[in-house]
Amino acid sequence: MSVGVVILVHTALNRAEQVIRHWSEAGCPVVIHVDKNVPRATYDAFVSSLSDVPDVLFSKRHRCEWGTWGIVAASQSASALMLKSFPDVRHVYLASGSCLPLRPVKDLQRYLEQRPRTDFIESATTADVPWTQGGLDFERFTLRFPFSWRKQRFLFDRYVEFQRRLKIYRRVPDGIVPHMGSQWWCLTRQTLSAILDDPERPVYDRYFKRVWIPDESYFQTLVRLYSQNIESRSLTLSKFDYQGKPHIFYDDHLQLLRRSDCFVARKIWPHADRLYDHFLNEENPLKGAEPNPGKIDRIFSKAVERRTRGRAGLFMQSRLPRPGHENGFTSASYSVFEGFTELFEDFEPWLARITGTRVHGHLYAKDRVHFEGEQKTFSGALCDNAKLRDHHAQLFLINLVWNTRGERQCFQFGPTDTQFASWDLAKDPNAQISVISGAWAIPLFQSNRNFSDIRAEAAELQRIESEHINALRSPYAKARVRVWTLADFIETPMEALQTVLDEMRAKNLRHVTEAPKMADLSGFGQFLQNLKNQGMHPYLMGDFPADSAPTNDRPTRRRPYLVR
Amino acid sequence: MRWKRRRLLYRSWKRRNDLTRVSKKDIPSQGVLVFATLRNEMLRLPHWLDHYRALGVSHFLVVDNGSDDGSTAFLAEQPDVSLWSTHHSYKAARFGVDWLTCLQHRYGRERWCLTVDADEVLIYPESNTRDLNALTAHLDAQNRRAFGCLMLDLYPKGPVGQARYKAGDDPMTVLRWFDADNYRARRHEVFGNLWIQGGVRDRLFFGSRPERAPTLNKTPLVKWQRGYVYVTSTHQILPRDLNDVFDLGEGGRVSGVLLHTKFLPNIGEKSHEELSRAQHFENSDLYAPYYAALIDDPDLWCDASVAYTGPDQLIDLGLMSRGNW
Repeated sequence: MSVGVVILVHTALNRAEQVIRHWSEAGCPVVIHVDKNVPRATYDAFVSSLSDVPDVLFSKRHRCEWGTWGIVAASQSASALMLKSFPDVRHVYLASGSCLPLRPVKDLQRYLEQRPRTDFIESATTADVPWTQGGLDFERFTLRFPFSWRKQRFLFDRYVEFQRRLKIYRRVPDGIVPHMGSQWWCLTRQTLSAILDDPERPVYDRYFKRVWIPDESYFQTLVRLYSQNIESRSLTLSKFDYQGKPHIFYDDHLQLLRRSDCFVARKIWPHADRLYDHFLNEENPLKGAEPNPGKIDRIFSKAVERRTRGRAGLFMQSRLPRPGHENGFTSASYSVFEGFTELFEDFEPWLARITGTRVHGHLYAKDRVHFEGEQKTFSGALCDNAKLRDHHAQLFLINLVWNTRGERQCFQFGPTDTQFASWDLAKDPNAQISVISGAWAIPLFQSNRNFSDIRAEAAELQRIESEHINALRSPYAKARVRVWTLADFIETPMEALQTVLDEMRAKNLRHVTEAPKMADLSGFGQFLQNLKNQGMHPYLMGDFPADSAPTNDRPTRRRPYLVR
Repeated sequence: MRWKRRRLLYRSWKRRNDLTRVSKKDIPSQGVLVFATLRNEMLRLPHWLDHYRALGVSHFLVVDNGSDDGSTAFLAEQPDVSLWSTHHSYKAARFGVDWLTCLQHRYGRERWCLTVDADEVLIYPESNTRDLNALTAHLDAQNRRAFGCLMLDLYPKGPVGQARYKAGDDPMTVLRWFDADNYRARRHEVFGNLWIQGGVRDRLFFGSRPERAPTLNKTPLVKWQRGYVYVTSTHQILPRDLNDVFDLGEGGRVSGVLLHTKFLPNIGEKSHEELSRAQHFENSDLYAPYYAALIDDPDLWCDASVAYTGPDQLIDLGLMSRGNW
């Protein structure tokens, strides 16, 4: 009979009863505090339902509201009753009605017997630990909080503001240093009785009555005065979300809870039948191990991160970040190539071979989406319909990258494509954009069209591309951008390609030995000169040497003789 | 907006006499209520009821719009279904919304109300182990009054009319496939709700008019108050702040998926009927080619389709989210 349990109950009385019986069967005396908000009739029924259980007492009832003194008062009177009525009790364990013992009570008793002088209570100074939620940390101890945070939020906030503005601060009583921590503790008789019988207790009580959330600081502070040996951790596993509300454990947490080796967990969903069945009715082995909530900690901190940071690059039913608040516009890095397919004849297959990535054609082409291999539907059932794509060009890209997580995407882009996504590409830090400016002229050069059409189209393409390059060079651009003029690029094509590939850091990338096949550019300089002569100055391709000035004399070339 | 809401409320108030009560059982004072309008859904009803019972729904309130396939009798004998019936125009009652608003106004006050069609199967994170009461308790704790869902069209492999299905089976065994992520989301400028389009119907039938593609966001689960009213189906609701079921910052909230079992083998005859009754959508003519295509027994499956395996899969794919639940 070394451990006595103090249980604070306010809802789910039938579950509380189940747990109380479990404690009692293992020989723990139990003192129960029932919230005064529970109706009299319900309370009476609860008391009579437990009348057959030995060593169960009910303490004086207080009205418990979250964040107020009532909870401390309840724990005080219940633990005082415990110490008075059960002189054999060495440790007092404070639990709530929604707490569930995860390990056999024998295990806990043995554990505490081996540590007869240790107080298990989480207790840290506010200055050192940024636990608190909601902006009030040290001010909890220096302001007054007469209003309920839940029911009188407006007055609560105004009064805090008022005190801050007039610089009204309370003095912390001499001799104590405010500490905070989980409200669920396990203290030794010595420490607990010292706190409860302290001659200064009226002073401390008066002070803590106006502190905010005193249940997380009263015992945590006073224990520092008396305890010989504090283990600053709670034996009760409880997790909180980013607003400071407790996470609830459901049936699907069964394995996690089992493996955590914690003694008690809260808060348990009252209808989690499997959990209650497993931990209360089945024989569980004695382990004697230290609690190890590491895995649970990780899972719940992930949950908090998911709620506050979201999953990068995911736009969905419950997450539609406004521009600038995306935490990542796309979910993974990808590469955009502009002008490469125009310059090299077999660029796409070459790139796919060298880097082992997924290489698409012009995804934003005006006629249709050119997925790799001209597929009609691609991963995630994105389809090649240009109208659907342009209905929301940004989400098309976001979805594409999201759907292919784990595989790098490369695609072609250029002034012949729709430009809705131009700025989004430029602003996305995940984009790696390599541009050979002016390469759009090569297909025009090779085409068999009237020169006046070519001239008009060249002017239009040049306008579009220069706008796009302005976006890439704007101060808002976050993409990794490389721009070569066509003239610069063809001087040292291999070197330029090598830089791009290195940046992609593709797996199993060897030094590039094999080059893609470049389009035949003889006569291209002259083509540009012709455009210039027509009054359309192509400047994006850099200084391209005109091969030679046109001369009137035709090169005389003899037909070779054919010899049989 | 307030006047629009009042106008809609007045409209549904005018239709209060459309409904005749067929059977009314005692409605428990706790738990989630399901509201539905349906017509000739005998094929889906057995599984539909079982599914929501398993989720811990406490009562069903159903409006039957002139069924003639036995749905009425079937529903009337269920112990947890209260049934009303009407022969008035579905279209004139804003596709049944007016009728349901009457019922919600009367029975749904300060309770969690789930408004779904007979071809919508709600799932949410861990819906295999946690019931709806756990979800609503969580939403209450987060001070949320509404819960958003994506409507996910499920379809079979091969022509839709060829699949084998009999009433009571789990439709997910036949309709195994869905489009994983080709959804376009934006914010609706007037109502502030999320507006999601995409999916298989968009991919195959609305390629030339993407703006006409079906809306896929829904807010089916609402802690009802008098004065709330759905605008079009459950896509939008007034007052506007109830549409706030998604996070505009970088965080993600908890959300669910409505599995849409529209493409069961009887889709052809249903489309035929809908086409002739002209009771669906404002511009029924605009949707004629779409229904014609459905009657043609199309194959909706493509190489990129994904087979449905369960709620966890949808979370991984980013179609729904746990938030901090």
